[in-house]
Amino acid sequence: MSLGLFFFLAVLAALSALGVIAQRNPVHCLLALAVNLLDIGVMFVGLGAVTVGFLQIIIYVGAIMVLFLFVIWLLNLQAEGFSGYLGLKLFGAIGAAALAAEFATLFLHTSRISTPGASALTQGTITTLGRHLFSDYLVAFEITSLLLLAAVVGAIGLARRPPLSAGLSAAAGSDLATAESPRQMSRSMSVSAEQQTTTPRAGSA
Amino acid sequence: MTPLNLTTIDFSWLAILPLIALSVGAIVVMLAGTRVDDEDSAALGFIVLVALLAAFLLTMFELGQNTAAFRGSLAVDDYAVFFEVIIIIATALTVAMSLEYAADAGLAGAEYYALVAFAALGMLLMAAAGDLIIIFLGLETMSIAVYALAGFIRRDAKSNEAAIKYFLLGAFSTGFLLYGIALLYGATGSVRLTAIHASIAARTAVNPLLLLGLGMLLIGFGFKVAAVPFHMWTPDAYEGAPTPITAFMAVAVKLAAFAGFLRIFFTSLDPLATEWSPVLWALAVLSMTAGNVIALVQSNIKRMLAYSAIAHAGYALVGMAAANGREAGGAVLYYLLAYAFTSLGAFGVVVALDRGAESHAQIDDYRGLARDHPGLAAAMAVCLLSLTGVPPLAGFVAKFYVFAAALNAGFTGLVIIAVLNSVVSAYYYVGVIVAMYMREGGVAVESMSRRPGLLISIAVGVAGVIALGIYPQPYMGAAVNAFASALGRPALHAVSMLP
Repeated sequence: MSLGLFFFLAVLAALSALGVIAQRNPVHCLLALAVNLLDIGVMFVGLGAVTVGFLQIIIYVGAIMVLFLFVIWLLNLQAEGFSGYLGLKLFGAIGAAALAAEFATLFLHTSRISTPGASALTQGTITTLGRHLFSDYLVAFEITSLLLLAAVVGAIGLARRPPLSAGLSAAAGSDLATAESPRQMSRSMSVSAEQQTTTPRAGSA
Repeated sequence: MTPLNLTTIDFSWLAILPLIALSVGAIVVMLAGTRVDDEDSAALGFIVLVALLAAFLLTMFELGQNTAAFRGSLAVDDYAVFFEVIIIIATALTVAMSLEYAADAGLAGAEYYALVAFAALGMLLMAAAGDLIIIFLGLETMSIAVYALAGFIRRDAKSNEAAIKYFLLGAFSTGFLLYGIALLYGATGSVRLTAIHASIAARTAVNPLLLLGLGMLLIGFGFKVAAVPFHMWTPDAYEGAPTPITAFMAVAVKLAAFAGFLRIFFTSLDPLATEWSPVLWALAVLSMTAGNVIALVQSNIKRMLAYSAIAHAGYALVGMAAANGREAGGAVLYYLLAYAFTSLGAFGVVVALDRGAESHAQIDDYRGLARDHPGLAAAMAVCLLSLTGVPPLAGFVAKFYVFAAALNAGFTGLVIIAVLNSVVSAYYYVGVIVAMYMREGGVAVESMSRRPGLLISIAVGVAGVIALGIYPQPYMGAAVNAFASALGRPALHAVSMLP
């Protein structure tokens, strides 16, 4: 990838990232995020990591952005009127300026930034990726599946219907108390879940 | 295209069997959970306990091996075994505390115990990690499970707040950590700890990318071990989470984070010690001082113990800032061991008063505890005195070793600040003891005979505090050995993505 192209993409990535946080309308933020992710995908391809670049575009721009869009429509999010606290913004600006100055000093006072990399051009094929995944990074690859499983279990634990015995016994009357199995209980759940929202339990503050 | 030769991947059952035991345990819990009601979830807890026992026995086979497996992805050394054993014990005690609590509070049993097992698996990975990717994956497996566990009392707004705060700030800090890992990889060309060490040691001028990566890693781990100024999430997350999970966060999560932290900084970033030692110095001073001073004004015991946990991370950082040899590093490991047992004992008593549905976590609730439950009060007193650092308990010996190591390394000012902080901390620890023994009118506590799991975990915690305090030599020896095994590891395969 030529240096000129890289700088173009890098500046575009930074600008679109700013766009994600600076805009009020959530859909506009989302569009800026899509530009950002596409841009990074192109950068990967330009560096020879073709597989990673296309995965980035397919998964992030394709799947995840659509999911975001659905959530925004589902929740009917509107442009935010929130203006933020001036003091916090000032504090943040000072912090950011200090950090930028620090980075600038760091980079100006060192002779050069050396990386042993830069040979990725021949490495980005799906063959090399697969080879590394199933040899050098075999454990990491397998652990990733456990990580995702843990995340799914966590999401279910937080989002499944309220615990029947403790959550509802006080509020939801006797139909649950007489139910014998969890499956029977879950049948009567849809009714009692509504009851629960209208009758907050004592002591849940 | 040549086929991939799978015989060269350094496969080792030894390194992964403990992990397999825990993941099988978690999956069995989920399958069994479809048949078990939430109020009978203790049965699921026993499945996790069996899996933990299996993992413990399998870990024991790793003792004295000091090799690496899977081309350096996993280390099989005494350092890993040391942390794995403490993590397994801490997880087992957490599960034992939860047996009655989770059922009483109506938490989602199957998910609860499966997540505890997954979190423990992530922690074991952090203890045994040989490269930065494994450390990151272990950290994420542990953190994601604990984010969810913190919010498991779903009717309770505080629990929800704990989960969302912990999740947002944790994800933010993970971003820092990952960026640091990327920069280190960019600067050294490898994610393997030994290869990074070799690359840094061979370098004459300091690469700014390396320093940026180092800073990012410090921020990331600072969040995970709850060091000031990265501690903002700690009190809210500890207060809102179900109390056994608070104990889990204060002990197992913190130890696992320290396991990864110490391993990265002492085995691969040690040529940069002159750069990071002053930063750790500052973090240690800030953590001890802010933690102890803010703890003085807390009225909720979970918040008080949260600030105390921050302060104790500071004491461990004192040892870390000064650690320049086996003895000093061993002192840090011993400190973490002593802290684990002491904290587990103290949180066990907090669980005893906290019944999930109605939370009795105010320090005022402890008034008169000694009259109705002399055993509980005595256990709490022993643990609090150990946290203060009163001889002959574990906390005293641990502080003694850490401060002695720091003095030997010439950190006199740091030790003076640490000792002054210990004196300040005595005020709030003793405040609870005074409430228990000299005041009247707390809350009625349910008899402990109905809660054998909780009773056993408190007893193990207190026994550990006393044993580590009275006869510290073998444990200190093990700690020194463990640290030496991490430092003197034989050269692993230096694998990188580069030709």
